[in-house]
Amino acid sequence: MNQHLGKRIGNKMIRMILLVIASSILTFMLMKASPIDPLQANVGQAALGSMSQEQIEKLNEYWGVGTSPVKQYLNWAFDFVRGDMGTSLLYRQPVSEVIAVKLMNSLFLMVIAWGLSGVLGFFLGVLSGMNRGRWIDRLVKGYCLLISSTPAFWLALLLLMIFGVWLKVLPIGLSVPIGVEAAGVTLQDRLYHAILPALTLSITGVSNIALHTREKMIGIMDSDFVLFAKARGEKGWILFRNHGFRNALLPALTLHFAAISEIFGGSILVEQVFSYPGLGQAAVSAGLGSDMPLLMAIAILSALIVFGGNMIADILYGIVDPRIRKGGAG
Amino acid sequence: MRKENQADIVNTSEEGPILKIEHLNISFRQYESGTHQTQLDVIRDLDVEVRAGEMVAVVGSSGSGKSLLAHAVLGILPYNAVQGGRIFYRGSELTRERIERLRGNEIVMVPQSLSYLDPLVKIGKQIKRGRKDKKTADKLRGIFKRYDLNEEVEELYPFELSGGMNRRILISTALIEEPRLVIADEPTPGLDLRVAKRAMGHFRELADMGAGVLVITHDLELALETADRVVVFYAGCTIEEAYRSDFEKEENLRHPYTKALWRALPQHGFQFIEGTQPYVKEMPEGCPFSPRCDMCTPQCKGEVPYREMRKGRVRCLYAK
Repeated sequence: MNQHLGKRIGNKMIRMILLVIASSILTFMLMKASPIDPLQANVGQAALGSMSQEQIEKLNEYWGVGTSPVKQYLNWAFDFVRGDMGTSLLYRQPVSEVIAVKLMNSLFLMVIAWGLSGVLGFFLGVLSGMNRGRWIDRLVKGYCLLISSTPAFWLALLLLMIFGVWLKVLPIGLSVPIGVEAAGVTLQDRLYHAILPALTLSITGVSNIALHTREKMIGIMDSDFVLFAKARGEKGWILFRNHGFRNALLPALTLHFAAISEIFGGSILVEQVFSYPGLGQAAVSAGLGSDMPLLMAIAILSALIVFGGNMIADILYGIVDPRIRKGGAG
Repeated sequence: MRKENQADIVNTSEEGPILKIEHLNISFRQYESGTHQTQLDVIRDLDVEVRAGEMVAVVGSSGSGKSLLAHAVLGILPYNAVQGGRIFYRGSELTRERIERLRGNEIVMVPQSLSYLDPLVKIGKQIKRGRKDKKTADKLRGIFKRYDLNEEVEELYPFELSGGMNRRILISTALIEEPRLVIADEPTPGLDLRVAKRAMGHFRELADMGAGVLVITHDLELALETADRVVVFYAGCTIEEAYRSDFEKEENLRHPYTKALWRALPQHGFQFIEGTQPYVKEMPEGCPFSPRCDMCTPQCKGEVPYREMRKGRVRCLYAK
């Protein structure tokens, strides 16, 4: 049993390392293939024109224009393995420091959005599935279909317009109030600024999990074991508590951990709209500004977070589902 | 654990049947090619009576819709089913409210397979329906002892059970209550003869303990081993009700189809008759057996009543 688990974890680790290597190479290749000239992008055409050849040479070296791509990648990889993620060319700070700040901002946002959409989505899905065909089911289904066909950034703009511009009850952007010292920023300030972006992410995240749970719940309600439970006098809340909850929660849990990637992807767009200084926004500026070390680090970090989500889903399934935990017929 | 008040029960006598079903019919609304609605009469005319301490078997071929009988009594038919006829329980009509109150304690169903158990709930908890009191726990221990099941089985999940235990587990779900009426839906699916006989034996015991037991099965031979009476179900109708002893001689049986069944039993020569049961949508008028019957006359196309004959009942104009 333990040996089995050890082997599984070992397998996962190997996969994770392969994933990191593959995604770093891919990111690097895409970066090299991009038509953005780092000098033009970061220094500007006008400034370049007034510079001497020597200065341009220096800048070229700084942005790694002349170096061979393979050598550049290997240099980066060698440093990365030793724990040195390099220095961000744009922020002129160690990448690890930049990421630490951005990640905290983003995680704050994503954890709220992820938790909220999971709980709300599961609840709506169960409600809908247990009342199939009734008005509440139609309402939930309609809402989910509408939301899942709405782009996150568009919804973000809409909410921004309503709550930020017209009603003026919520800030239009950023993660902290303007003109306040970093030390003076309270948790309330942060929460206040996270409401809109987190709300946008939750709203879009709900539909997937709700629709999925609804399907699952319908299947459960049609199952033999629910029929038998009804024949034994169970109904309503008791029926759900005894048989619906666990059977519906398992797939929902897996799905939701796997959906971390979607929240992650959505956060890039949403952060952009709300000028929220998170990982997503950093990724965009690193990409547009040819900040190779930063982008590489963000890409790997994202891959690891998504991988981690899937792995947790996998492990949780094994813990909660006795058929897998006990390694039986399942 | 609500028991019925005496006041609920109208004209109950000791000998009166626990369950009495009169002219039960069940049909399904179906949509064919868009908006055209058809009605599928799966059960057309079913009559059964079960008394306390008695085991009655409803025998019909597989896929003939017999299970719906169990679902109708328990009030768990699917939403697109329409039910007609009358069901009486202990002397008064079994209404929707009444069955919702009684199912799961006085009236229990024993399902046909483990798929009727929740795959994620431990056996013990599932049999007890989540009740945690000591009385129920003691009772379950008693049942397990009686059925020679280990106490550890309580902690197992359905997928961990071995084939031999399944029957005893399923029947335990009935015994944990105080059933007056037990309805067993196809209790011996695909079991080898030894296990199947033992399963039927368990139901016999329930009847001997005083409950009324209605077994719905496709296996006439097994039914004859243990049941007091056998009701033969053919193409949506009950066509004969006979005592077990009636099956000792072919002449004692009433309906030509039952006689054909008798001749098809291994010990009577395995003879079979031509044809199959008519499909629901191609039901002949009048007697459903008429296309395969050699006594058939034009009168059989008309109404054929279910009539009493030699303590049993038969749906045939020419039965003697």
